[in-house]
Amino acid sequence: MSYLPQILFVLCLSIAGFFIYKRVNFIRKAILLGKKKSVNDRKSERLRHMLLLAFGQKKMFDKPLVGVMHFIIYAGFLIINIEVLEIVLDGITGAHRLFAPYLGEAYSWLINLFELFAVGVIVTCVIFLIRRNVLKLPRFWSAEMKKWPRLDANLILIFEITLMWFFLSMNAADSILQSRGVEHYVQVGSFWFSQWLQPLFANMQTSSLVFYERFAWWFHILGILGFAIYITYSKHLHIALAFPNTYFASLEPKGKIPNMDEVTKEVKIALGLAQADDSPAPERFGAKDVTDLNWIQLMNAFSCTECGRCTANCPANITGKKLSPRKIMMDTRDRAEEFVRQLEQGKAIEEIKSEKSLYGDYITKEEIMACTTCNACVEACPVSINPLSIILDIRRYVAMEAGDTPNEWNVVFNNLETSMSPWKFPPTDRFNWVELVNKD
Amino acid sequence: MSEPIKVPTLAELQAQGESPEIVFWVGCAGSFDERYKKVTATLCKILHKVGIKFAVLGTEENCTGDPARRAGNEFLFQMQAISNIETLNMYGVKKIVTACPHCFNTLKNEYPDLGGNYEVIHHTQLLQELIDSGKLRIKEGGPFKGKRLTYHDSCYLGRANDVYEAPRQVIESLDADLVEMKRSRRFGLCCGAGGAQMFKEPEEGKKDINIERIEEALETQPEAVVANCPFCLVMLTDGVKNKEKEDSIKVYDLAELVWMSQE
Repeated sequence: MSYLPQILFVLCLSIAGFFIYKRVNFIRKAILLGKKKSVNDRKSERLRHMLLLAFGQKKMFDKPLVGVMHFIIYAGFLIINIEVLEIVLDGITGAHRLFAPYLGEAYSWLINLFELFAVGVIVTCVIFLIRRNVLKLPRFWSAEMKKWPRLDANLILIFEITLMWFFLSMNAADSILQSRGVEHYVQVGSFWFSQWLQPLFANMQTSSLVFYERFAWWFHILGILGFAIYITYSKHLHIALAFPNTYFASLEPKGKIPNMDEVTKEVKIALGLAQADDSPAPERFGAKDVTDLNWIQLMNAFSCTECGRCTANCPANITGKKLSPRKIMMDTRDRAEEFVRQLEQGKAIEEIKSEKSLYGDYITKEEIMACTTCNACVEACPVSINPLSIILDIRRYVAMEAGDTPNEWNVVFNNLETSMSPWKFPPTDRFNWVELVNKD
Repeated sequence: MSEPIKVPTLAELQAQGESPEIVFWVGCAGSFDERYKKVTATLCKILHKVGIKFAVLGTEENCTGDPARRAGNEFLFQMQAISNIETLNMYGVKKIVTACPHCFNTLKNEYPDLGGNYEVIHHTQLLQELIDSGKLRIKEGGPFKGKRLTYHDSCYLGRANDVYEAPRQVIESLDADLVEMKRSRRFGLCCGAGGAQMFKEPEEGKKDINIERIEEALETQPEAVVANCPFCLVMLTDGVKNKEKEDSIKVYDLAELVWMSQE
C-alpha cells in the first residue's frame, strides 16, 4: 500500500497550518498596535455576555428569520467540524471512515445529521446570495460595499456551498461503492440526503466512481484548509473573534463615556484641587491614528463582518449623511493592516505615522461630525462592536489637539466657559424660570 | 387659590439647617429654553402636590458638561463636572431627579469617576413611582383617555440607560392608547440632537433626522407625540411644524400629560 497520499495530506496540512499561523500573527500584531488596556473585572458577567451573544447569537434573533438561517450555517459549521476531524485522521492514517467501527449504528445517524446540516447550509447560503445579489438589500449595497467587500461576501457563500456539495456527493459516491462491495469502502449504508444524489453516479464505472469519491474527498478537505486560510484575510474572521470581542466588550451603560484620567489630573491642578507633579503629559489627547486607539477598539475592527446593521440603524446614515459606522470599522481595520505591512517592510513607526493617518486619510471630519452619539450602531451590532468609541476618540483629537471643531461648537465651548450653559444667557438668569411655577 | 408654591434652593434650606429628600436638577434647557421652562415648572407643581420635600440649585447649577464631552472637549467637560460635584458634595446631596436625559446620563454614569456619587433618577421614573405608589392619582376618564399617543424614546434614556418601560407605564396609566412607532425601544430613532448636534447645523444629507423621525411618528396617526427630553421636544416640535401639523398634533413632555390628568 502506498503512503504517498498520506504524506501528501500531512504536507498540505502543514502548509495550511504555516500560512494560518503567519496570518494570525500578523493580525495579532495589528491589534497590539493599540494601547494597552487591562480588562479583568466582572469575569462571570463577561462570560455570560459572550455565551449569550457569540455562542447563543442572541442579537442575531433581533431579525428572527435571518437569525434562524444564520444559526443553521453556524451550527452546521460547528457540527461538521466533527466530520472534518474524522477526515483529517483518515488522511493521516490512510484509513477510511475511521470512526465507523467504533460508533456502529450511531455512525450512520451522525453522518445523517451532518448531511442534514450540509443541506441546511446550502439552502441558507443560496438564500443569502439571493438577498445580496438579487433582492439587493440596501445595507449590502451602500457606499463602502464595493469591490473587495462585496466580492468577499459572495466568495464566502460560494465557498460554503461548494464545500457542502463535495461532502454530499462524496457520500453518494461512497454509498454506491459500498453497494458494489469495493474493497476499502466500509459498509455503513446510504445516508438520508446523499442517497438522492446516487442516480447522478449510478451509471459510472467503479474506477471513475473511486476517482470521483477521492476527488471529492480531497477537494472537501483541501477546500476547508484553503477556506481556513482565506478567512484570515476576510471579514469572515468574525467566526473566531466574535468570542473574545463579546467577552471584552464594555459592560457599562451605553451612555457612559469613559473618563480621561490624564485630563482629570490637569483639570484638578488648574482648579487648585491638586498639586502638579513631574509625571509626563500624555503623548496625545484623543485618537488620530490606530496607535492612539486601544487594542479592544482594534480587535473590534477585525471582528467586523460588515453586516451593516450598525449603518442601517444610524440616523445620520439613514438621512443621507456620509457617516457609516461600518465604514469606521473597515477603515480602522484597513489602516491597522497597512500599518503592520509598513512595519514589516522596515519602516519606523514615526515615519509611518507622518505619511498617513486614520483620521484625515481614511476617515474624514465630515463623517466624524455627523454622529449624534445615539448608540444605535452599538445596540445593533450582534457581536458588541463599538464604532461610537472610535468616533468619540477622534472627536477628542479634533477638539483638543487639532483645535478644529466646527465654529458653532467653539461658540458652545465659549458659552460654557463664560456662562456655564451652552447658550449665551447670563448665569444670573438661570433661576428665572421659577416665575412660571405660580402662573395659571 | 391655594398658597403659592415655594421652590427652595439648597442654599436656603441649608441656611435653615434643613436638607431636601431630593434635589431637582433642572438643566440648561430646563432653565433657559422657553418651551422646556414650562416643563420645569410643571414638574415643580407635581413635586409640590405630592408633598416631596425638594430643592433646586438655582443659580449655583452649571451645565453638566455633556455637550462638551460629546463634542470632544474633555477638558471643558471635566471643568464643569468637577465644579458641579464640588457644589453637590458641599450640600451633601444624596438623591437627584432631572427632566433631562442628558443630565441624567452624565450625573448617573459619568460623575462617579470624578467623585460625584448620587442616586439619580429621571423624571419619568419618578412619575411612574408616584403613580404606582398611589401618591399621585390619575383622574378616571382624564383628557387622554382613549387618545392615540405615540412615545419617542430619547437615546439617552433608552439605549444609553435601558429605561424603556417606566414612561410607557405612565402613559398606560392615563388610559391612553399607546401606539408604537416602527422604530421604538432599543431601535428607537434619534431625534437628531444628541452628541452636541443640537448646537450646530447638520452635515449635508438628504434629509434632517427630525423630519425622518416625525414622518415615522405621523404614520401612527397620533393625537399627540410624547417626549421625555428637552432636545427631543424641540426637534419633534420643529418636525411637526415642518409638516404643518402643529394645529392637530401636539408634542408634550410626559410630565405635562401627567399634570393635566391628575386628580
